Amino acid sequence: MEELANLFHGFAVALQPYNIMLMIIGITLGVIIGVLPGLGGANGVAILLPLTFSMPPTSAIIMLSCIYWGALFGGAITSILFNIPGEPWSVATTFDGYPMAQQGRPGEALTAAFTSSFVGALFAVIMITLVAPLVADFALRFGPAEKFAVYFLAFCSFVGLSKEPPFKTIAAMMMGFALAAVGLDSITGQLRLTFGVTELLNGFDFLIAVIGLFGIGEILLTMEEGLAFRGGNASINLRVVLQTWRELPAYWMTSLRSCLIGCWMGVTPAGATPASFMSYGIAKRLARRGNNFGKGEIEGVIAPETAAHAAGTSALLPMLSLGVPGSPTAAVLLGGLLIWGLQPGPMLFVEQKEFVWGLIASMYLGNLAGLIVVLTCVPIFAAILRVPFGIIAPLILVLCAIGAYSVHNSTFDVMLMLVFGVLGYLLKKCNYPLAPLVLAIVLGDKAEEAFRQSLLGSQGSLGVFFSNGLVSTIMALGLVALFWSAIQEGYSRLRMSMA
Amino acid sequence: MTERSGSESGPAHKTLEIGMALLIGAFGLVVIFGSLKAGINWGAEGPRAGFFPFYVGAAIVGASAINLWNAQRGDDGRLFAEWGQLRQVMSVVVPTGIYVGSMPFVGLYVASMVFIAWFMRWLGGYRWLTVAAVAVGMPVVTYLVFERWFLVPLPKGPLEEWLGL
Repeated sequence: MEELANLFHGFAVALQPYNIMLMIIGITLGVIIGVLPGLGGANGVAILLPLTFSMPPTSAIIMLSCIYWGALFGGAITSILFNIPGEPWSVATTFDGYPMAQQGRPGEALTAAFTSSFVGALFAVIMITLVAPLVADFALRFGPAEKFAVYFLAFCSFVGLSKEPPFKTIAAMMMGFALAAVGLDSITGQLRLTFGVTELLNGFDFLIAVIGLFGIGEILLTMEEGLAFRGGNASINLRVVLQTWRELPAYWMTSLRSCLIGCWMGVTPAGATPASFMSYGIAKRLARRGNNFGKGEIEGVIAPETAAHAAGTSALLPMLSLGVPGSPTAAVLLGGLLIWGLQPGPMLFVEQKEFVWGLIASMYLGNLAGLIVVLTCVPIFAAILRVPFGIIAPLILVLCAIGAYSVHNSTFDVMLMLVFGVLGYLLKKCNYPLAPLVLAIVLGDKAEEAFRQSLLGSQGSLGVFFSNGLVSTIMALGLVALFWSAIQEGYSRLRMSMA
Repeated sequence: MTERSGSESGPAHKTLEIGMALLIGAFGLVVIFGSLKAGINWGAEGPRAGFFPFYVGAAIVGASAINLWNAQRGDDGRLFAEWGQLRQVMSVVVPTGIYVGSMPFVGLYVASMVFIAWFMRWLGGYRWLTVAAVAVGMPVVTYLVFERWFLVPLPKGPLEEWLGL
């Protein structure tokens, strides 16, 4: 029951007036970020990270994680009202949400989406509360080989589970590792891959990469589309909310299934986007009114929203307990931890109890606050979207530049950001996934350190990664994940030939 | 901003795919070269600095070779983008390049004002009054939030020095 006491202590931390204020600011900023094209959870948090350098870490993470929840909520608004997914994970929400809005039921669709998001998040937070301390406790026994195996599993899951071609995923991921390796080698203290450029001594900062790849890249993609918003009106009144809430319990089975899908996809670093699609697809196949999906079925809003939010939230479980973020935004939060001087990973639960439990408690409160904020302020947020892109775009670009500059107070970084932006545009157009690239930049040094330390212990034999039951199991899981698509294909071919 | 050229011409998707695979492959070769310079064998303190990046570089080259093979094999005749669309993209990239390039000399605030004004006037076609309001308002708000409230210094140029900020 020690956890329960810790959790209550965490609530006491999160309920301090200063932290509550940051929570509301974070949620509001997050929804705005989620609503605006070109500003997503990951780069929104990255831009605002420098603002938190002077805050106490607990307050900082509360604000930043609330931005993340806000962005998750915000994506749904644009999907339903404007048929424009503000975030990739809300693409599946447009399938039924937008038709509902066109049939004059936008309030119903929005209420369903926000409530489902809340349910998904709550489910994931409860899971984090119960499971994270156990995982962390278990992970305390990990040596370097086990640590590397966990990284290996995380990165292999990307290759196996992402919908992009596997070799493109590998290429993108390895580019991330290479960029992470640039600069001072942490073990030997030797310089590498700098080719005499002094600006590269400290290597590439992942925050710059995130702001460039996701922020600038997204703006360029939007420019190509030549954006024109034509949106419906948004109005939610209490009657519609209550009426929709009465309907929702009938879909408890869909919700539960979507929660489970979301948590699973969030913990393995597949992320919220595939989770929402998968949940939508399964709901469509299993629902009684599955044929009506795509024509404005409320179940088609519940399924992807629940899963996306559950995945987005549970992505913090491996970040907190293992130091392996489950999504790009979680990776940025993890980078924040390092900047605030905290060492992510299992020791966090031992040494920084107040921080961890304050964060977990703020997840409960933040999502509740988020639900209230979005339900009451939808018309305001929808109005933001009517500000034309010609005004929004330069402001976002300037914000990105400010964010990139303030990471290290360096104008070189701002130029680097633009390079990453153009690269992000090209990579995205050519179907290379960006998430593994960013995660590899964040985790590259740690993965390499674990790898080299394991090899040091074993005098260079790779056998160390299969030296005991635990590490072999994790490595084997990683290999299965790596070849997952090949295994699936082989299985379906086998079944074809049997039939 | 939504105008499109009527003709549907532009670079083929295949060309860009091949170019991308070659570019990433070349990056991999650079990584391998750099790792070799740092030393990829075992030293007194264990694996040397280039040990890990060397295999990373090799993986990049390997994956790019397969991506290259896949790219040149299939041709669905898809366009990467129309020329008109690419012009739109470039109309953002080039000014942004000038914007970030001028920042070390004139500071962030002046550069941002000019950039926002340019963008809104030429790409958005707004009235000068609107343009001026946003272009001046945004940097002022930025100054108050970043420098005054959160005490994060941003790059300044001659103008700010003259104003004594």
